[in-house]
Amino acid sequence: MTRQQTHATDIVVRAPESLTIAAALNAAIRDAMVDDPTVVLFGEDVGPLGGVFRVTDGLYAEFGETRVSDSPLAEAGIVGTAIGMAMYGLRPVVEMQFDAFSYPAFQQIVSHVAKMRNRTRGKIPLPIVIRIPYAGDIGGVEHHSDSSEAYWTATPGLTVVSPSNPADAYSMLREAIASDDPVIFMEPKSRYWSKAALTLPVQTEPLNRAVVLRDGTDVTLIAYGPTVKTALSTADRATVEGLSIEVVDLRSLSPFDDETVGASVRKTGRAAIVHEAAQFGGYGAEVAARLTERNFFYLAAPILRITGFDIPYPSPKLEEYFLPTPDRILTALATWEWS
Amino acid sequence: MSLNVESTPLTAVLAPPPLRLIDDTGHAVAESEGGGFTMPAVDTLLDLYRQMFLARRFDVQVTALTRQGRLATYPSALGQEACEIAAVAALSPQDWLFPTYRDSIALLTRGVEPKDILASFRGDWHSGYDYPKHRIAPQATPLATQALHAVGLATASKLKRDDTVALTLLGDGATSEGDAHEAFNFAAVWQAPVVFVVQNNQFAISVPLDKQMACRTIADKAIGYGMPGYYVDGNDVAAMYAVISAAMDRARSGGGPTLIEGLTYRIEAHTNSDDPTRYRKTADVDLWRSRDPIERLETYLVAQGALSDEMRASIAAAAEKLAATTRDCMTEQAVIDPLELFEHVYATPRTALAEQRAFLAAELDVDAAASAGESEGSTR
Repeated sequence: MTRQQTHATDIVVRAPESLTIAAALNAAIRDAMVDDPTVVLFGEDVGPLGGVFRVTDGLYAEFGETRVSDSPLAEAGIVGTAIGMAMYGLRPVVEMQFDAFSYPAFQQIVSHVAKMRNRTRGKIPLPIVIRIPYAGDIGGVEHHSDSSEAYWTATPGLTVVSPSNPADAYSMLREAIASDDPVIFMEPKSRYWSKAALTLPVQTEPLNRAVVLRDGTDVTLIAYGPTVKTALSTADRATVEGLSIEVVDLRSLSPFDDETVGASVRKTGRAAIVHEAAQFGGYGAEVAARLTERNFFYLAAPILRITGFDIPYPSPKLEEYFLPTPDRILTALATWEWS
Repeated sequence: MSLNVESTPLTAVLAPPPLRLIDDTGHAVAESEGGGFTMPAVDTLLDLYRQMFLARRFDVQVTALTRQGRLATYPSALGQEACEIAAVAALSPQDWLFPTYRDSIALLTRGVEPKDILASFRGDWHSGYDYPKHRIAPQATPLATQALHAVGLATASKLKRDDTVALTLLGDGATSEGDAHEAFNFAAVWQAPVVFVVQNNQFAISVPLDKQMACRTIADKAIGYGMPGYYVDGNDVAAMYAVISAAMDRARSGGGPTLIEGLTYRIEAHTNSDDPTRYRKTADVDLWRSRDPIERLETYLVAQGALSDEMRASIAAAAEKLAATTRDCMTEQAVIDPLELFEHVYATPRTALAEQRAFLAAELDVDAAASAGESEGSTR
């Protein structure tokens, strides 16, 4: 590490710190609350405890009860009251403690959060951020490891994003809070403690762009949230085997960045999508379909989906068999005819 | 399955007489029956009478338009005017109203134009008035969901130290929904300046209240949440107005939420697609017609010498004018550009939506060219 070398420059420029995704999210909420007095934060255990994943650590102490509060334990209530607050000029940031605990709020999200702006012909925008820690690989008990993204991406009116690294976590959450559209902000909980050197605040980027994290020439591997790390590891392994994999981190699931992803697929001629959620009707189906529709004549092989099986999320002792791994991805890529 | 067929519902056995100020026959009740609430001033009662009269005329007119097939649907509030009008009359200009699909006459009373109320029922758009201007949320269709929005808005008002109070209208069936429970509980825990007015019209489409709940009254539930609850004669506009106004004052001064149940009756069917003879007796409907909220207040005001024949004629004339306006707004149909479908989904423009918009625009161009061709051909 270069910590010692950079120490001398601390006085003039903030040195990059090694930050986790959780810490970057915390900083994003904090900075947004400092910049905009209409931002309020509430949910289950987000107050003095700082959230079960500590993403809201210290915010209650800094901003007090009027800006940061523990709510009753009821997700429809949390989202439903956030709607009313947004109607009165606040920008609520709320937490659904775990993916599967967002389901009681399904009606409020799908019937109102997603539709209010359209219903009122733009007269009532709902600038709400709904944070959902999601996906598995944490040894969680049942209902703590779901990948629920397809429910949200299938709903017009919602913006759905998922960061994979600390810099994006900060940038994307700042953009989500600043957005006049409601955003489902999906946090890959197995990656909360992934670190990267980062100087905050980072320059934010528009929420709707995918990014090529690694250049390659043979295959485009598309991932988001927790599977980005898996995809990067796969690319490392493939290099050894002489296969050049380009890794695209979608970041935004809805909208989908056709431009960036399409350009990569047209370049490599082969694409595979990796996610934890079950395959049937999963988000990867949409990715494969639209990439095929728009880029069919550039493709040398069918687009593959390497995903969780079409079963409920397994128990901790069995989840390793469910999650996509570099091995499983490379095996899938090997099923293509390579000429 | 009817789990409660063997036992008589508690609702019927134990429900106390509702709080009222004017009884069924149009006479003021004894002070002991008024629950400590006093009769509103005569001018207020006259205004409530006028508003109920206008609302009734509007409701009857819109039901007629629906029966003529000119509106897709209209959930009538006939018989519930006392609840609806008292709730709106108790609002201050800065307050917010959160209505349901049945509460069109509440919108009318708060100043929404008939054409804007009917925009959704005639299928122009899902909702069609100026919400921030009137401070009325869109009429909610999913039951009880709007109660949480009201609690949220009220809480935001409290956080900003404003004196805005939110009032939400609910039905008896809606109180079975989880969102109603969550709204009552959030409101009480957060001491939100919100008033819940439950119009107990005794039916959720076809299902009577004793199949919704096993307790005496809906108002009784308030105690479980830690807020005051009032069981009021929902056909007595004087009582409804007095109780709701007191609750609004209490909310505005930091006293927290109140749950008010108005016992009333849905005289009309649920909507025009319903057949109420399948689930209730005509005799019951007749009984409740005899308890009409407008006639009751009229009897009282006439006996007080407060309502002259001239005033009645003037109100009736205004009502006919309103009915004519309501009919007229059906002849001037709004023209809505189909391309507007893409306009309000997101604040941030999306490439994919722009593409789909262009697709529809091209289809419309083809259609326009085809119909231009047809009309050219027909003139030859």
